[in-house]
Amino acid sequence: MLDTARIRPDFPILTKKENGSRLVYLDNAATSQKPRKVIDAIVHYYSLHNANVHRGAYALAVEATDAYEAARTAVARFVNAWAREGVVFTRGTTESINLVAASWGRANVGRGDTVVVTAMDHHSNIVPWQILCQEKGATLRMVEITEDGRIDLSDFGQALEAKPKIVAFPYVSNSLGTVNPAAQLNRLAHAAGAVTVVDGAQSSPHLRVDVQAIDSDFYALSGHKMLAPMGSGALIAKPALLEAMPPYHGGGEMIERVWDDHSTWNKIPHKFEGGTPNVEAAVGLGAAIAYLEQLGLDNVSAHEQELARLTIERLSQIEGVTVYGPREHRAGVVPFTYGDIHPHDLATILDKDGVCIRAGHHCTQPLMRRLGVAATARASFYIYNDVDDVDALVMAVRKAGELFGVLAS
Amino acid sequence: MTSDLRELYQSVILDHNKRPRNQGAPRDANRHAEGHNPLCGDRLSVHVTLADGLIKDVGFEGQGCAISKASASLMTDAVKGKPVKDAETMFEAFRDMLAGGANAPGKLAAFSGVRAFPSRIKCANLAWHALHAALQNRAEPVTTESAKDF
Repeated sequence: MLDTARIRPDFPILTKKENGSRLVYLDNAATSQKPRKVIDAIVHYYSLHNANVHRGAYALAVEATDAYEAARTAVARFVNAWAREGVVFTRGTTESINLVAASWGRANVGRGDTVVVTAMDHHSNIVPWQILCQEKGATLRMVEITEDGRIDLSDFGQALEAKPKIVAFPYVSNSLGTVNPAAQLNRLAHAAGAVTVVDGAQSSPHLRVDVQAIDSDFYALSGHKMLAPMGSGALIAKPALLEAMPPYHGGGEMIERVWDDHSTWNKIPHKFEGGTPNVEAAVGLGAAIAYLEQLGLDNVSAHEQELARLTIERLSQIEGVTVYGPREHRAGVVPFTYGDIHPHDLATILDKDGVCIRAGHHCTQPLMRRLGVAATARASFYIYNDVDDVDALVMAVRKAGELFGVLAS
Repeated sequence: MTSDLRELYQSVILDHNKRPRNQGAPRDANRHAEGHNPLCGDRLSVHVTLADGLIKDVGFEGQGCAISKASASLMTDAVKGKPVKDAETMFEAFRDMLAGGANAPGKLAAFSGVRAFPSRIKCANLAWHALHAALQNRAEPVTTESAKDF
């Protein structure tokens, strides 16, 4: 387990009282809290180095550009990207996936083609493909999940028989916590001739990611779920794919030369970074990566998995609690329901004890339909959570049961 | 248990959550509307038998949290047999109460505790907005994100 007594003081927000209780923040799959080092990096950037990047002919602009590009190097190292040029800064996973759909997708998907997604994908890895398929007259094929919440590999194989142009899936499910066999899925998809898009929103913060080892063509991540500011994120792609793709947003920075009636494009990754970028977000993301690398991502995974295991064990002792997701290969995400108590009521009751959990469909409505529930409660862990947090959660859940006089269903 | 939780989940609310009244559409219903809270995915539809300006019968279907379910249940009890204009007056009083005004009449006052939980006001209002839409014979489902005064 991580030394949370040393980690917790790094997070200013954790000293806050919530409804008079210690803040028990268990909604990390939605967004993480930020350590002082990340907050300071942003303040430091604006206090000492701020200027527009890639254009000023003065020292300050060079400093800003260096800070921005150093963050790119950090991201490339963090996920073992194919190349520095294969890291495009975006606003997060959603924008990264939309970039691929709008650029690679529009250029390569046509009438009668197929795009494959899974029933456990987040809306951000479903809706961009729905929009693309509707525009192009292509077919969207959703791969089913098994009863214990894993991707159904036989259905995945069947979906590949259509020779899809794109196969998209989450590395880690935000609703179930399932860690999918990304390398295997990429290999199968490539053998069928597809390009793969891996939603890394829930894997990047929590496990050691190696995009070359799993061989993903496109990999999307969000900074705000991994200690960095909101609005930070990246698309990590094979450089050859980016080279061949049309641009996404037109504007400054992404061009080489602009004529009256046409333009030529800047080199990758700048071709995809039209307009002044969010430098503060990139700088914050770089600081967040440094913090996580110091802890070691393997230690982070082990810590969260232990908290999740303990939570599942303790919640399962309460009659009427159902925990969703697979027994093995799961991250620090624990989705559950409790008898006939609606998850929103649970969240309200827990909040009174300072316990923050998510209640709802978690942006995975197709998955919720398959689970046969309208909503679940979800506790998700990160580096600053400890056994006290698990205790507070379980105690508050028991309280909710007393208040509602649960009927075990 | 903190006192505002007890205020929120008063026994009448817990009772109507557990044993909702007027579930299902009346056989002779001639109006209905659907309410949807996209934030949580909750949906409920309200069915009304309307004749001569009177709500002769009313029922609801759908899924929701204790607050939205109990609100639908207590609402249907409160408006059944009442003239449409009385139902609209009750809706106004109910909305006023949740916005910080005086308690609504009768059992509807049980929802006064919702005021302390701003994130749950939409849950309490959902059934009322659906009823209002049904009475106005609106075809579009109402959502908690479209009505200004939810």
